[in-house]
Amino acid sequence: MDFRLTEEQRALRDGTRELLAKRFGRERLRAAVDAPALDRALWRELGAAGFFALRLPERAGGVGLGLPEAALVFEEAGRALLPGPLVACQLLAGAVDGVAAGERIVALCEAERDPVLWEHPADCDELILVEGGAGRCGDGSGDGPGDDSGGAVRGAQGRTGGAYRSAPGRISRAPFTSLDPLTPLARVTDLPRAAPLALDVPRLRREAALLTAAQQLGSAVRTVEMAVGHAREREQFGVPIGAFQAIKHLCAQMLVRAEIARTAVYAAAVTERADDVTIAKLLADEAAVRNARDCLQVHGGMGFTWDVDVHLHLKRAWLRAECWEAAREAEELLADGLPA
Amino acid sequence: MDLTYSPEEEDFRARLRTWLGTVLPGLPPKPAARDWPGRRAYDTAWQRMLYDAGYAGLHWPRDAGGQGATPTQHLIFLEETERAGAPYVGANFVGLLHAGPTLAAEGSAGQRARWLPPILRGDEVWCQGFSEPDAGSDLAALRTRAVRDGDSYVVSGAKIWTSHAEVADWCELLVRTDPDAPRHRGISWLAMPMDAPGVTVRPLRTLAGSTEFAEVFLDEVRIPVGNRVGAENDGWRVTMVTLSFERGTAFVGEVVACRRVLGALARAARANGRWDDDVLRRRLGRLNAEFAALWRLTQWNVSEAQHGGGVPGAGGSVFKLRYSHARQELYDAAAEVLGAGALDADHEWVADRLSSLSYTIAAGTSQIQRNIVAERVLGLPKGR
Repeated sequence: MDFRLTEEQRALRDGTRELLAKRFGRERLRAAVDAPALDRALWRELGAAGFFALRLPERAGGVGLGLPEAALVFEEAGRALLPGPLVACQLLAGAVDGVAAGERIVALCEAERDPVLWEHPADCDELILVEGGAGRCGDGSGDGPGDDSGGAVRGAQGRTGGAYRSAPGRISRAPFTSLDPLTPLARVTDLPRAAPLALDVPRLRREAALLTAAQQLGSAVRTVEMAVGHAREREQFGVPIGAFQAIKHLCAQMLVRAEIARTAVYAAAVTERADDVTIAKLLADEAAVRNARDCLQVHGGMGFTWDVDVHLHLKRAWLRAECWEAAREAEELLADGLPA
Repeated sequence: MDLTYSPEEEDFRARLRTWLGTVLPGLPPKPAARDWPGRRAYDTAWQRMLYDAGYAGLHWPRDAGGQGATPTQHLIFLEETERAGAPYVGANFVGLLHAGPTLAAEGSAGQRARWLPPILRGDEVWCQGFSEPDAGSDLAALRTRAVRDGDSYVVSGAKIWTSHAEVADWCELLVRTDPDAPRHRGISWLAMPMDAPGVTVRPLRTLAGSTEFAEVFLDEVRIPVGNRVGAENDGWRVTMVTLSFERGTAFVGEVVACRRVLGALARAARANGRWDDDVLRRRLGRLNAEFAALWRLTQWNVSEAQHGGGVPGAGGSVFKLRYSHARQELYDAAAEVLGAGALDADHEWVADRLSSLSYTIAAGTSQIQRNIVAERVLGLPKGR
């Protein structure tokens, strides 16, 4: 057992961080807030860098890496607040032509949501509706200490789910004002089920939840850094506010949340078990949302302004928390997984 | 990111399971909670069984009489013994987890030969004399005075929160040997025989009603200079090694135990109808995530310890902060499952609920842990 990142994994993480810092730095982020249409050139560049083809086999033009590597890349995307239907494009790179290279942009839409929401409607070349196939966590046997090697991958029970593809022009929609300035949304008013797409929906849901959790982790880690950076710089009563325990303890709790989310996300990426993914999503949602809240508090009045980036992390964290297993669903699944 | 155990590690686990399956049915019944001599005898007899089977001091270095096992093997040992319901380390806690590792790291050859084998065999029990009535979180404020007199130190003062003091043979004692030096540089580490003249033990009753720890009063106790470990006035550094051990390894088995309790809570709630309460059910679901993730954090910390090298550090503080609060939430949820049954002091979960209250205080309060994380990990400035 060596749970740490391998040298290659660290290099991948660092490389992704560098790429995003260069191509989607603070100026670009703020420009995207004002004009949230996706940058096609950047999208193609992400495609060329293997962002979407990461897990496709090399013979299919992919990079041939696994879910742990995808989680590390998505952690960096979450950290940078990179906008767009990243999870959808990563998961459908092998299923829809042109997505792997970043030439075409697809979004995923969960039919069970109320309202049913569609991210970046103006930028998508295609929308994939996903219905059913939500996971259950089993009875908890083979779950946890002592059973790492024997745990079965748990998928859907009951409904197996389906996926349907649609051209954007064929989808009835209503306007929807998105809370997150970086993620425009539309409300889908009539669910198109014309063209079925052969996908393993339980697996897709599991991986979508995991990659979303990885983004939440990246955001949670970033807001710790932002809070600590501010607490070191900002002076009141003649000292940096980080010298006060009231601030220190907020920051320490933020780190604890981020670290517990990190181990949960990485473990789920390794095991790919439905219960581990549910745990990772729940804890990463908590870390991202509560860290952004605490980061806002540490920033004081500045944290309440539009110009400081903290609200962008908080709003995206709220949005991601509603996708692919919200806390109310995850907690029920995990309760269900306890012994009867 | 590899969570699979090697064939050697799985083999270690299998042999341990077989051994546990053989010896555990032959254990004598557990003594009553208030029967301290009985508890000592039970705990040390278990330690002797571990010793005879080659499991004593598993994670200690070989030259200290240990097995030189990897942190991963130690993790497997703690996991399997807890799952099998084997006795807890109990009275051997200080010897195996604080005093022993400190002696192994800092003691002379003669000191190691004198004190380590009896700890491993379960022949001698140690207690800890660190905290004082006026030196708790601020441990470096300790005032118990040791004055050199020929080949002895003459020690006077008072220690508090000393677990197993009534049945211990030795005490790892922190004393002030130089009252004029900066306070971290005037402290020494002594091994004190508990039967020395001038040592008085007064049990303290916890809020749970039991006498889990004691005050130890020292009135001109003579301790040979040869019982000092490390240089005179270097005891603070020696002690920090000890405390890091405590934070890094103390709670592994307990996470396994908490998961078992959580399962029992779910069964009880399903049986008594409280499972229909959405709020309670979701609380239990979240606790499921909490303890599963704490286990992953343990695996992470063990991997860091094994492959990154060194003594467990900040990762231990992160773990302790999260775990101590999770344990309290677990037993608060237990009270919710029990309803008015939570007022029954004889119920196991109620007793454990009371004892869980110490977890955010003992071995560094949550507030001190947050200071450590903020200053040593996040690099925030020292202050108030």
